[in-house]
Amino acid sequence: MHPAASVIVFTVASGAGYGLLATLALLAAAGAIAPSLRLGLAGFGLALALITAGLLASTLHLGHPERAWRAFSQWRSSWLSREAVAAVATYVPAGLLALLFGVFAPGRGMLVLLGLLTAAGAVATVVCTAMIYRTLKPIHAWCNRWTVPGYLALGAATGLTLAFAVLGACGERAAQPVGLAALLGLGAAWWVKRSYWAFLDDVPAASTPETATGLGRIGKVRLLDPPHTGESFVTREMGFRIARKHAHRLRAIALIGGMVVPAAFVAIALVTARPLDSIAAALAATFALAGALVERWLFFAEAKHTTMLYYGATSA
Amino acid sequence: MTSYAPPAKRLGLVIDLDTCVGCHACAVNCKEWNTGGHSAPLTDLDPYGANATGVWLNRVHSFEAGEGRAGRTVHFPRSCLHCDEPACVTVCPTGASYKRVEDGIVLVNPDTCIGCKLCSWACPYGAREYDEDEGVMKKCTLCVDRIYNETIPEPDRVPACVSTCPAQARHFGDLADPDSAVSRLVAERGGYDLMPELGYKPVNKYLPPRPGRPAPPAPPAEPESEGLSGFLGWVDRMLSR
Repeated sequence: MHPAASVIVFTVASGAGYGLLATLALLAAAGAIAPSLRLGLAGFGLALALITAGLLASTLHLGHPERAWRAFSQWRSSWLSREAVAAVATYVPAGLLALLFGVFAPGRGMLVLLGLLTAAGAVATVVCTAMIYRTLKPIHAWCNRWTVPGYLALGAATGLTLAFAVLGACGERAAQPVGLAALLGLGAAWWVKRSYWAFLDDVPAASTPETATGLGRIGKVRLLDPPHTGESFVTREMGFRIARKHAHRLRAIALIGGMVVPAAFVAIALVTARPLDSIAAALAATFALAGALVERWLFFAEAKHTTMLYYGATSA
Repeated sequence: MTSYAPPAKRLGLVIDLDTCVGCHACAVNCKEWNTGGHSAPLTDLDPYGANATGVWLNRVHSFEAGEGRAGRTVHFPRSCLHCDEPACVTVCPTGASYKRVEDGIVLVNPDTCIGCKLCSWACPYGAREYDEDEGVMKKCTLCVDRIYNETIPEPDRVPACVSTCPAQARHFGDLADPDSAVSRLVAERGGYDLMPELGYKPVNKYLPPRPGRPAPPAPPAEPESEGLSGFLGWVDRMLSR
């Protein structure tokens, strides 16, 4: 599948943003961070900025962005519509929580209520995003049980690593447990992606050129002539191909650069003092986000669509 | 809701892979009719340039299947199958994609499509093509603007691809009616679904190529020369050296 920059930026930015938002909301609900303008801006502000930038980026690939409001209507059947509804719905408790947390001094009850609602909304939105891909039967690389864990784990890993950097920079005591959680999140992301790629290498898709044409009854099917000599929307959108050699190198880059290196920097930050810890934490967040971009690019580039079986692909 | 009730009719195509000659006339006539029809225009980009590309709702592939004498060249037209379980409809976030209750035709409303392209990802058959110029998705309409069109003669009220096929490899009708000509054809010839494993339950059916002619009998073996004797035997032995 064609790795569109807008969708890659959207899913990585919103995943990290919702991860950061959920972390801060739960900390606020638990009373582990005290309301302050600085943390309100640096923490909740950063989370909402990432989410908003991601959502705006996602409209860039639309043919008619001015009609985007229509996407809120079909939540009963469409995961894309559900994602839109969940994203907007999450702004309500998240915006209130950020405002109260940063400017006013809300009571515990209010923090617990808004914190839990915000965290639930954040997780629900990421699940909706993942389900868009999880439910696409023509794409074997997406329509499997690793897609939703992948999006959740990457969102948690990048969000927790960001939260660790922000909390550390603000001198919050909650940075310590969040750092440990970030290590767990990065470990989970490492395990999920390793498992996903093992699945991709081991389990073939059900559809073949023989089932796509129904000519398997005659024998092995191969393309003799394509319908057109140039490109078409279908071959551009679904026909993106990446050499296996590059895919394996990029997988290693995503795993090491996006998970192992950030984990090492988090560990360094946990045991060092200022200002070294802040630098290490910032580097951890940067590597985690960059690694997530590589992972998400691969998620698209490695995915094969059954339509290409009609264009000479031997597997889907 | 972007859902759909079970349609009263299941209008669709039956495509005979035995008689299709791969002439692309169906694809060309489809393009000609539909660039002025319901989904008009079917935009072409750089039409006279080196990288001509454009929207077509019907494409003809040619495959080889099997090996040697059992092998066949099969021409294979590919267009929307108007599935009974059209994921392209349910994934649509705006309701622009819909399946008609009265006849099961899957259509796109160009006024509400936001051009997110998710429906094209959800279609295993590559039946939907995005019009970059218009910013909306285009697809086969089963010539909804022909088949009910009372301003054209009755015999022409079939999809453009069906009317133009010189080999009569394309048949149009109601596949919900077991007594319709298309349903009987499917029953007689063993019409089948493409990628049944994905569960989209396509309405359109493909008729398999008929079995090839049996191999002609082997030519009679060379007459044995063992029994020859005398001069002829000597000639045979000399020539056989």
